Amino acid sequence: MDATEIGLWGVPLAILGGAIRVSTPFIFVSLGEAITERSGRINLGLEGTLVFGAMTAYAVAVMTDSPWLGLLAAAAAGLCFGLFHGWICKFPKVNDIAIGIALMLFGSGLAFFFGKPFIKPKAPNLPAIPFGAWSDIPQVQAALDVNVLFLIGAALSLVLWWAFRNTRAGLIVRVVGDSSDAARAMGLNPNTVRLVATGVGGALAGIGGAYLSLYYPGSWTERISSGQGLMAVALVIFARWNPLGCFAAALLFGGAGALGPALQSVGVTQGYYLFYAAPYILTLIIMIATSSPTRSLAGAPGELSITK
Amino acid sequence: MSAITGNKAVGVETIGMTMRFGAFTALGDVSIKVPAGSFHALLGENGAGKSTLVKCMMGFYHPTAGGILVDGREVAIASPRDASALGLGMVYQHFTLVPSLTGAENLVISREKVAGVIDWRKERGDLAVFMDRMPFKLPLDVKVAELAAGEKQKLEIIKQLYLGRSFLVLDEPTSVLTPGEAQEVLGLVRDMTKAGDLTVLMISHKFHEVTAFADDVSVLRKGRLTGTGRVVDLDRKAMAAMMIGDQPIAALDSRAEPKPDAEIVLKVKALKAPDRTGLKSIRIEDLGVRSGEIVGIAGISGNGQKEFLEVLAGQRPRDAGEVMVRGTAYAATRAEARALNVRLIPEEPLKNACAPKMTVAENISFRTFDIDSNGKPVSWISASAIKAFSARLVEQFKVKTASLASPIASLSGGNVQRAVLARELTGEVDLLIVSNPCFGLDFSAVAEIRARIMKARNAGAAVLLMSEDLDELLELSDRIFVMSDGALVYETPIAQASVQTIGEHMAGHH
Repeated sequence: MDATEIGLWGVPLAILGGAIRVSTPFIFVSLGEAITERSGRINLGLEGTLVFGAMTAYAVAVMTDSPWLGLLAAAAAGLCFGLFHGWICKFPKVNDIAIGIALMLFGSGLAFFFGKPFIKPKAPNLPAIPFGAWSDIPQVQAALDVNVLFLIGAALSLVLWWAFRNTRAGLIVRVVGDSSDAARAMGLNPNTVRLVATGVGGALAGIGGAYLSLYYPGSWTERISSGQGLMAVALVIFARWNPLGCFAAALLFGGAGALGPALQSVGVTQGYYLFYAAPYILTLIIMIATSSPTRSLAGAPGELSITK
Repeated sequence: MSAITGNKAVGVETIGMTMRFGAFTALGDVSIKVPAGSFHALLGENGAGKSTLVKCMMGFYHPTAGGILVDGREVAIASPRDASALGLGMVYQHFTLVPSLTGAENLVISREKVAGVIDWRKERGDLAVFMDRMPFKLPLDVKVAELAAGEKQKLEIIKQLYLGRSFLVLDEPTSVLTPGEAQEVLGLVRDMTKAGDLTVLMISHKFHEVTAFADDVSVLRKGRLTGTGRVVDLDRKAMAAMMIGDQPIAALDSRAEPKPDAEIVLKVKALKAPDRTGLKSIRIEDLGVRSGEIVGIAGISGNGQKEFLEVLAGQRPRDAGEVMVRGTAYAATRAEARALNVRLIPEEPLKNACAPKMTVAENISFRTFDIDSNGKPVSWISASAIKAFSARLVEQFKVKTASLASPIASLSGGNVQRAVLARELTGEVDLLIVSNPCFGLDFSAVAEIRARIMKARNAGAAVLLMSEDLDELLELSDRIFVMSDGALVYETPIAQASVQTIGEHMAGHH
């Protein structure tokens, strides 16, 4: 057997590679959303933030020739979107979900408007680390070409998991998310905490967007996200608001997303389109299997408008 | 340094405290004196101004006039932060602990100064030293949501002591506790005041707690101080007179003799249903309620009473078992409830038995608006019939409302409950299911509502009464069951009922 001809082994390998590649934006958006939701708000606008972040990163990278400046610009843009959401939601009788939907459309629209001139030029990519260099097999090399953002995302999920228990900021976010009354009795202002949490969530979503346009798929188009920001919000719920869970869920989702292309690469020609739907079907199945009509979600922050 | 907690009690005095909201005077010229190390009770009905007074003391409100002395010095308290700096703290009736955090996390994060990164090893060590000085032990490593109500209440008090407070306002601290837990918590607090570690101002409406634990008492009525004095010098009657003045109180009908062979109206057999966490289930093996008796169900909230009521009301699916009303299977559909004359008075009536923004008239007509006088369904709803019907009931049940067209949410709690009673008790009633009917209502409303329930019983209704208020159950019931951990664990006829035994079963000590 030829070294490059690895047959059916290509499928799990491609799934692993896909999981690492596809999951990165999900990791960032879902970690951002986890912070926001732990503080008691839902920001559905992260889809718009993701698209706008992708555009900003690409545009800045084209203009400055530095992908890292693009990344920073995307984070800053995301921060602005998050702060805007947090600021509007502090007013009484404002619904965070409705504002989120508005911002989702606003962010995408704004990105398309400013992004038109950047569809053509080529931006420098974010670097990847070739963990697969030890192998001669190109599929192994391709699968283990890991972008630095994936590693940062993995580290971030660990840090967040730790920080929610061991830092003052983490505990304050949990207090505010679980009981506004208790927070006020402690002299905390829930609106301020949520403003910051939504801002940080937006910045992380912006970074997720930068990954899309600067690494994989690696160019700016208007169809770059196709709902990944929304799926990431769903991931947070089935990860039960746990940062480590978000990381695992994003990997699972990314792996399922790579099933279609992997099957295609080993010569399955019929019905592989169906496997492109695998991540969505998987999400539905997990959501149905883990929900119950008679009890509320375990681990859900008490102040979240969907669980109240 | 004092014996138990290491804090030093402070005395607090209010002088001519007055609070006006627009033209309404919530508090008029109230001066009370709580010396250091005393246990002072504040009595009064709902709306008498008790919480306004303590909110002024705690800096939540800025009084229109009047001042506060702490340890004899005049101080300005502009915010809760100022109050806590002076060592004044408050334990609220509703818990302010964060349910998803552990006890230790709750304590540490409530402190004013917390390091950015929390060194849990050190904090745990400090907490262990602190808890050693406390008169009661608590698990600090479990989530607050998993603690029993009594433990939560103790943790609230511990939290205040941990924060260095030495003057505590306790707002109806025993309303969620069993009699045993109430005795224990108040006894411990009482010991701390005796040791000079703590001064306590307790808001209450339970006379027996006041007489058993407090040194002094002040009574408020309609925003005025109507009496104050040493508890030993006052009896219940005197305190009640200060509290309610000369308004008439509805008397309870004398209890018609129960008939042991009366028809069993409600029969529950081997009922099983999931509780709200979905992790446990409630199991009612065998329960029968006869016509003309009140069967009371006691229990600490969260032991499955709510779920049981929801099953009976058709709001919660059941896994197994049967509910029979007069021999027919009952699934709580509207048609069945109508045919079998089943009526329901759930707790928190505004939330569970009303459409808050619909009018009083509409709410009162929910059971009858779609049938005519012969009980046949109608296709056109008559607004004038609804109006006439509800006008009659409002009159009969003395519901105080600005108009029949006011939204029912604008009524006071007592009047919402009267409106619900009017709807549920009109017409034939064979089975009445009631839950916490008097929670949060004032004296006269409570007396009237209990009288109505007794009247329905005497008229032959079978009544199932779930209540967290043991006094209410002892006053009304013919038999009492105790519900603990999702099951009925104890039954006693009223003649042999003892608070002691019931309390022990409520706490699950058997």
